[in-house]
Order: sequence, then structure tokens, then C-alpha cells
Amino acid sequence: MSLLTRSFVRCLVQASSRNIHSTAALASPTKPEGRTTCTLIPGDGVGPELIYSVQEVFKAADVPVDFEPFFLSEVNPALSSPLESVVASIKKNRICLKGILATPDYSNTGELQTLNMKLRHELDLYANVVHVVSLPGVKTRHQGIDAVVIREQTEGEYSAQEHESVPGVIECLKIVTEAKSMRIAKFAFDYAVKHNRKKVTAIHKANIMKLGDGLFLRSCEAMAKLYPRIKFEKMIVDNATMQLVSNPHQFDVMVAPNLYGNIIDNISSGLVGGAGVVAGASYSAEHVVYEPGARHTFAEAVGKNIANPTAMLLCASKMLRHINLLHYSTQIYSAINNVLKAGKVRTKDLGGNATTNEFTRAVIMNLK
Amino acid sequence: MQATRFLKQFVNSSGNVRNYASGVQKVTLIPGDGIGPEISAAVQKIFQVAKVPIEWESVDVTPVRNPDGRFGIPQAAIDSVNRNKVGLKGPLMTPIGKGHRSLNLALRKEFDLYANVRPCRSLEGYKTLYDDVDVVTIRENTEGEYSGIEHEIVEGVVQSIKLITQEASARVAEYAFQYAKDNHRSKVTVVHKANIMRMSDGLFLRCCRETADKYPEIKFEEKYLDTVCLNMVQDPRQYDVLVMPNLYGDILSDMCAGLVGGLGLTPSGNIGLGGALFESVHGTAPDIAGKDLANPTALLLSAVMMLRHMEMKDKAESIQKACFETIKDAKYLTGDLGGKAKCSEFTNAICERLA
Repeated sequence: MSLLTRSFVRCLVQASSRNIHSTAALASPTKPEGRTTCTLIPGDGVGPELIYSVQEVFKAADVPVDFEPFFLSEVNPALSSPLESVVASIKKNRICLKGILATPDYSNTGELQTLNMKLRHELDLYANVVHVVSLPGVKTRHQGIDAVVIREQTEGEYSAQEHESVPGVIECLKIVTEAKSMRIAKFAFDYAVKHNRKKVTAIHKANIMKLGDGLFLRSCEAMAKLYPRIKFEKMIVDNATMQLVSNPHQFDVMVAPNLYGNIIDNISSGLVGGAGVVAGASYSAEHVVYEPGARHTFAEAVGKNIANPTAMLLCASKMLRHINLLHYSTQIYSAINNVLKAGKVRTKDLGGNATTNEFTRAVIMNLK
Repeated sequence: MQATRFLKQFVNSSGNVRNYASGVQKVTLIPGDGIGPEISAAVQKIFQVAKVPIEWESVDVTPVRNPDGRFGIPQAAIDSVNRNKVGLKGPLMTPIGKGHRSLNLALRKEFDLYANVRPCRSLEGYKTLYDDVDVVTIRENTEGEYSGIEHEIVEGVVQSIKLITQEASARVAEYAFQYAKDNHRSKVTVVHKANIMRMSDGLFLRCCRETADKYPEIKFEEKYLDTVCLNMVQDPRQYDVLVMPNLYGDILSDMCAGLVGGLGLTPSGNIGLGGALFESVHGTAPDIAGKDLANPTALLLSAVMMLRHMEMKDKAESIQKACFETIKDAKYLTGDLGGKAKCSEFTNAICERLA
């Protein structure tokens, strides 16, 4: 009987802590008592090693989060959990921490849609947000970068509609809709307002794809009129990449259709230290999936214990912030920052020799 | 009538044989708009001083109304390039408004310019954050995302078609490997996104694989577009020749130009079935047009590429050297490179080295 009451109370606490999610995470650091469940997808390549690092840190910091792990993989279909159960779990928990899924360039069943795309479609994870920021102690050619890339990720080039009209001639459809373009534009401007950003730049190629990218651009322009305090700029994608590598400081918030977003994500991640240090998140109206910002499985490093867990730890820290566990979020965030700043324990991608485990341990030692 | 047609055919086909090295060769020059005329004049002057055996045939490509009522390139310009097989082109402005096709696109279609080649190299003397870039991007130029086939299915839903054909893919792959071989490059990387676009990019990838088998001496690797983007800005040394479909090429070539200092420094060549057109890819810069402030380097280096294409390698080498040394010297640099020199002063400095 007492067990029953206790679980009932826990339920209540959970529910109340959930309600706080939607309101901005501005309250002072607190230590709420309930526990939160989070769906966990380790992913392919070094994903499991990185997730292990997160779990170790969570254990050491005594973070009140329980994971609900699912192995989801396209390259390993025999071991993969069915997509439906993963989706059901994320729908229930509303948060998910995810490694990178490998997407092979062929499919045995002739399927055109990748597992990643299916997951995004099922949950309608339409907005991918990657905050690209120069980290202390990470030596790169550019310094002081602080930009946000917002990418539409449910349509565009990733529509998976292709066909061979005659042998040797293939048509691939890129779909752009007004509804989804408006939605991502609104998301970008809302993000800018909420995070005190000054400017939104729309990335497009409307000079060539006059209808498709034109529609995207027009939607952004229409949305910009509703946010007079946020500066709005537009830039052609090839120019944007050129500006990014030569003068990245001019960018604040960037909003882009699917493929261009992917390109900008990767270039800007490269500028601040690579795939191992940039965190990202995909939002739907209901759920958030946290995953590294530049999506590379780093398959050649599997089992070598050399991958950099920074990106995944930052994802975890962002997730904790989202579920209003500010105390733990800041604790982990500053531990990572201290380790990077000290520069003594560095993984191979940052020019050091430390292993993934050593880095994880260093973060744990820095938890205060 | 038939006799003349026959004769014309004969003359045309004999023109296809490359006998560039002997005698004076005619080259079509499209000075372009904005700063185009001044930088074209600079190139002409440098070529004159270097005694390059070339005769320029200047043509105007301002659109005229064709008999069918559409605006297009004047026939005289088309004939000139068809006759000479080689052209040099300054920046062109595409008139804004409906019914105008981009002139660049029209030229591309007219001469079947299927491959766009853009070498990017860090220049000594102009410091950027990247001093270790030496890549060549080769881009399929006729189809892909820029096929221009788009329609609105219902209001608010647009579909654009990316077209990939085996013919065009194999053609550009072949050119890339041949280029690598001719220019003593060791590696060709195909940049694709076949994990997302499994059929279209898959076809492009397959064509490259098949061509790679024919060139065992050249290393071949396959990379995803996002991986190349990520690695290029971290360590550009790992890439050599890159071959890719239209959009990716457009983006990557501009990004690589950004690494070495912008479009004012990178040459570009378009290789086609009906001829080759070399051009500077920067804009028309109307704000500084006519003020003798523009930097002619991109057009000059494109002209150098053209000389290599015409197998005048010695002349190409000496002009390129003079240009690089002038930049390295840093005495006469134009405004875009942080100097104060005028276009004419920069040109004269190069001429002095050649004289």
C-alpha cells in the first residue's frame, strides 16, 4: 500500500515537473525530487561509447534521469528495435538523447527513405537547432564564433521521392511547401526573440530555384514583417558558405531549408572544432531529440576509445536544462568547460592523446 | 547552296583539330558588364606584353530579341565562340525581371559546357586563415538541381526536379579523371549524398566508380557532402581533385574560394562539347566600375587556364608566375587585397615582370 502511494506521489511530482517544461527555464537552480525518463538511442559508430560516457557522468552527478534505451540502426536491421516502439517511447517521454544513425547509400529492399528520415517524419521533428560556439581551450583557425543554425528537416531534398524515367535518367523531387516554410521561419524568429538574438539570415538559392527556394524565401520575408525588432537578411547559399569560412562573425541566427542547413551545420561545426564538440537538437511541437550537431558516426574509431564525448555531453546538459534540471545542467556544462579550458585532457580530434574514458573521468572529477 | 554547306562543314571540322601552338589563334572575348571591360583590358594588355600569339575577337552578348520574341544571346556571339572554340568572359549581369533567362545559363546551354573547373590555391602574400589549400573542384554543369524544371502542384506546394543522367555523370567523371592525369594530380574524390538521394546521387556515384576503374594510377575515394564540408574547413590538405553534381559543386567551389580569399582570386573554366569558356566568377561590382579599382587577378588566372587548355604552357607559366610574384611582393595590391593600388598599377607591375 505504501508502495502504491509512493509511486502515486512520484507520478504527481513528475507531472508537475513536466508542466514546468513549457514555461521558460529561467528559474533559479533547483533540485526537484521526481525522476524523469528519457528515451535513449545510442546510434551507430561510436554512439554507444559516447552514450556510456553520458551515463557515467549522470551516475556520478546523481542526475535524477532514467534512460529507456533502444538500439535503433539501419545498418544492423537484425538487432534494431522496431521504429514503432521507439516512436512510442519518445511520444511518451517527450525527450530523447540520440547518437548518430548510419545511413548506407543503398538499401536491400530498395527503400528510399532512411531510418533517420522516418523517425523525423513520425515525430514531425521539423526544426533542427545547432548552436555553434567557439569553446574555450579548443584551438581552431577562427575564434569567437557564436551562431545558431536552424534547419527545416522534414521536406526539401530529403523527400525521398525518386524515380528512373528511362534507364540512365533519374528524377529526384525536392518538395517545398508554404506551410512548412512558414513554420520553420516562425520557429527561427521565435528562437531569436527568446534567446535575445539580433538577426536572422535566410539561406536560399532562389536565384536558380525560383519557385522552390523562392517560396521558402517569401515565407521568411513574410514572417520577418511580424518581428520588426529582429533584423532580417537573406543570403544565397554559396555566398553564405564563402562568408562563413572567411568572416563567420557576421552571422547570428541562420534559417535554411533541409540540404543547405545540413551543409551550413557541417561547415560551421568544422570552424569550431569538428563533429566531436557541437551539440544539436531537433524539435517538434511536442518532443525534443538531442543529438550531436554534425552527424557523423565516426565508424573508423569504433572500439578504439578515442572519440570525443564533448558533443554528446553538451547534448545531455542541454536536455537537462530543457527538463528544468538547471542545477545538473550547469554542473555538467561547467565541468566540460573546465576540462576543455585546462587543456590537459584532450582527445585526438583536439590534438591530444586522451581516451574517451579519460575525458569522461576528467569531467567527473570536475563536477562541483 | 549545298556546296557551301558542305564546305562549311569541312572548315568547321578542321577547326576542331588542335593546332593552337602554331600561328595566331583567335579567341572570343566577352568583356562583360560592370568592372568587366576594365579587367578585360588589363588581361589584354598583359597578354600583349607577354607576346601571346592570340588575336582577340570582342563580342557583345547583351540580349537581343530573337525572331520568336524571346530575349537571347546575339547570333554573332554564338557564331564567334563556335568558330574559335575558345572564349574568355568577364562577369555578366542578369537583368532582373520576368522572361529573362540568366545569360550564364544560356551560354552554358548553347555550348554544352558540361564541366566547370575551379582550381583553388592559397596565394603567398595574401594571408588568410588557410594557407594550405590546393584543391580543384570539378562540377557537373548542365543538370542536377539546376535543371530548371519546377512547378507548383497546388498552391503552396512546389516541386523542383533534380535531374541526373548517366550520360552527363559519366562525361564529367571522365573529364575529372583526365584532368587529374593531365595535371599530375594524385587523387579524385567524388562528393555525393547518396545516403539520402539513393537513386540520383547513387547513379552519379556509380558512374564515377566505373570511370575510376579505367584510371588505376589515380587514387579514388567517395565522401559524403557533409563530411567534405566539415573536413575542408578543418584540414583542406586532405583533398585534391573533387568531382560532384551541380549544386554541391556550386557551393563547395565558392566555399573553397572563401578559404583562399574570395572570388576575386580564383579562376574558372567551363569545358564543353562545343568549345571552352573561361571566366571570372565574381560579380560585376557596379559600385567600383569605371573607377580603376577592380582586381583583374581572377580573369587573368582564368586566361592562364585558357592558355593551358590551348597548350601554350610556357606562356601560361610565365604569366602566372608574374601575377603570383606581384601579389607576393605586396607593393601593388588592389583594395580587395588590402592594398591601395589601382587596377592599372597592378597590371603595369605584372607587365614589368613580363617585359
